[in-house]
Amino acid sequence: MEGVDRLRAAATTEPGRLRVIGAALALLAVLFGSVSAVQMDDRADAADHVLHRSQPLSVAAARVYGSLADANTAASSGFLAGGQGSPESRTRYRDSIEAAADALAEAATAAEPGSSSAKAVTELSKLLPEYNGLIEQARANNRQGYPLGGAYLRYANDTMQERMLPTAERLYQNENRRLRGDYDAATPYPWVATGLGVLALGALGWAQRRHYLRTNRVLNRGLVAATAACGLALVWLVAGHSVARSGLGDSYEHGVHSLHVLNDARIASLKARGNETLTLVSRGAELTKSGEDVFDRAYRSDMDDLSGLLDEAARIADDRAGEQPVQAARGTMETWRERHRAAREADAAGDYQAALDGIVGDEDKPSTGECFDGIDGSLNKALAHEQEEFEEAAHAGRQAMRGLPGGTAALAVLGASGAVLGIGRRLSEYR
Amino acid sequence: MSAIRRLGFRTKGWGGVGAMVVACALTAALALLPLRGAGGSGGTGTGGAGTTRVTYTKAETCEHPEKRSPAPSADESGPAVQEIKRRGYLIVGVDQNSFGWGYRDPNSEKGGAGLEGFDIDLAQEIADEILGKREDNIRFLAVTTDQRFPAVRDGTVDMVVRTVTITCTSMQEDVAFSAPYFRTGLQVLAPRDSPIEGYDETLANGRVCAAEGSVALNRLRGDKRNGKAVSVPNQLDCLVRLQLGQADAVVTDGALAAGLAAQDPTVALKGDPFTDDYYGVAMRQGADDLVRRVNQVLADYRDDGWRASYKRWLAKPLGGDASKSLPPEPEYR
Repeated sequence: MEGVDRLRAAATTEPGRLRVIGAALALLAVLFGSVSAVQMDDRADAADHVLHRSQPLSVAAARVYGSLADANTAASSGFLAGGQGSPESRTRYRDSIEAAADALAEAATAAEPGSSSAKAVTELSKLLPEYNGLIEQARANNRQGYPLGGAYLRYANDTMQERMLPTAERLYQNENRRLRGDYDAATPYPWVATGLGVLALGALGWAQRRHYLRTNRVLNRGLVAATAACGLALVWLVAGHSVARSGLGDSYEHGVHSLHVLNDARIASLKARGNETLTLVSRGAELTKSGEDVFDRAYRSDMDDLSGLLDEAARIADDRAGEQPVQAARGTMETWRERHRAAREADAAGDYQAALDGIVGDEDKPSTGECFDGIDGSLNKALAHEQEEFEEAAHAGRQAMRGLPGGTAALAVLGASGAVLGIGRRLSEYR
Repeated sequence: MSAIRRLGFRTKGWGGVGAMVVACALTAALALLPLRGAGGSGGTGTGGAGTTRVTYTKAETCEHPEKRSPAPSADESGPAVQEIKRRGYLIVGVDQNSFGWGYRDPNSEKGGAGLEGFDIDLAQEIADEILGKREDNIRFLAVTTDQRFPAVRDGTVDMVVRTVTITCTSMQEDVAFSAPYFRTGLQVLAPRDSPIEGYDETLANGRVCAAEGSVALNRLRGDKRNGKAVSVPNQLDCLVRLQLGQADAVVTDGALAAGLAAQDPTVALKGDPFTDDYYGVAMRQGADDLVRRVNQVLADYRDDGWRASYKRWLAKPLGGDASKSLPPEPEYR
């Protein structure tokens, strides 16, 4: 209460009032500076996370998913190539398993202990060797000509489809949510800092008007300097953030969003290929209630997914370099469907060899395998392009925030000093 | 987790204070709300799983189902045989995963994994007899255990030659059988060093695997055992479960179990067959002319071809003595 009394006492005299005004102006400027520094630091941090942590992790999670699906596809294709399996499919399988293990290790270092992502990584790390063991069993039995090999392959596929891929998908979704969270933290307008800046400028204006009315002197150098510093800080804050925001927004719209759709499309094509080959491996060993082949039905649903995702990717592609590979993939997909239909017809008519040729093919025979490879190549091209787009835009956004927190803080301190000096000069006239 | 992490970033700034207050208020509100909703919803949603009851069709007590096939005849003027002749090829439902019976050998010398086995030989013999020996007189379709009768009923295939056991229950499913062409019985397959000795008390608490829709699975479910029955799409999948330690034993026909044992020397047949069963060719009910024609083929095949095929495919897993598997001289109804 004593302080309030002293303040009231001080406010009755002009020097006292000037002291209060000076203190208030300095306080406002400092408050503006520190709040904008804190708010922009948060956003810059979040933008750093987008660029250097959550987006790379989202890519790693997508790679876990993609490599697993790829390994499963390679395993079943190799199986169709006969007892030994083809060398290409063996290499592809081994590379995919290694890629999955690498990506898992990357995801493991970033996952917080106890989190859902950490659990998913642990589970996948356990299942991966188990899966690999089943595939080896399948190969060993197939080499000896035992049908047991096919049963192992179907069992391995079940493990992949029912346990591993859903877990990998969960990891992927988690990382995407985290990425979305970082974007959300990087882009909101710094309203509190902007408001304080406007308030500080307003207060400075009012003080100068009061000064002019009382003394008839137009300029007080200190107050003018303070106004200039705060004004500059405010403009920097608003402009810098807007540029950063638009850069980040671009990186999401044109980069991350496209990457998600393309990744999903790649996974759909991998799944479709896996199920297509399994239709021939299982040889009708598993049927649905209505008598359809389990794997053929899964293939059709995967192809529908792929078709929808490619349409979406074509719709959101924003330049020719992004759109062209997607259109190529679309065309190849139609050929795939046609060739698949022909192969299924051959199989239904009891011509297993023709069906096998139509799916696995030879060098000189057209097969759906070629179509799958074509789509995979196109999608990888599109993915690389969109990743570049993302990095460019996100870098630009991050760059716009460089120096902003420190800069606005320094300017605000300058503003506060100016206000104190300006008011001090007036005060000295009373001594 | 991610919501908390998102908050985590914001709490660093001034805006975080406000966010924390909002979060606290929200948490409190959410924590209190369910208390009101929970009371009413407790009653619904139960009973869904509990009310599904499995009904077993009690096997009709018909005596000797294997003796109910019509007498053989070489006459080919009936509608079912005529249709096949008009079409030019026979459509046969087979197994492609049964070692020694019907399977695709990935290392087959024919290349491209051709179908091979005892059942395949028999189906080929039937096609050769009805349509004459030539290329492309037969088409094989893979059918699963639980799809084999529907495939016959709806005419997808002319017949199923796929180690089908002749039972009274199957006959009620609009399926007609030929005379028996193979004699077998349910048998237990288990790891060599397992304490399981046969279909007896040593098996009582074990996890036993059988194919969905198979005679073995019905038998397992009918006998009140303590152990769990593991059902899989194909009897071959049982060997996978057995090798992975997810099942303790497999119950299937001795003839098939021997095929499984042939793929894994560490498992063995335990005890004697505990049923007396016969395999027959399954055809559509009402296609009597076809059944008689097939019976004629089988009667000839007994004397010429049967033993050679046995020797080629089954002597190794089942033992050289074919007479145990050759059914007695058939009797017709």
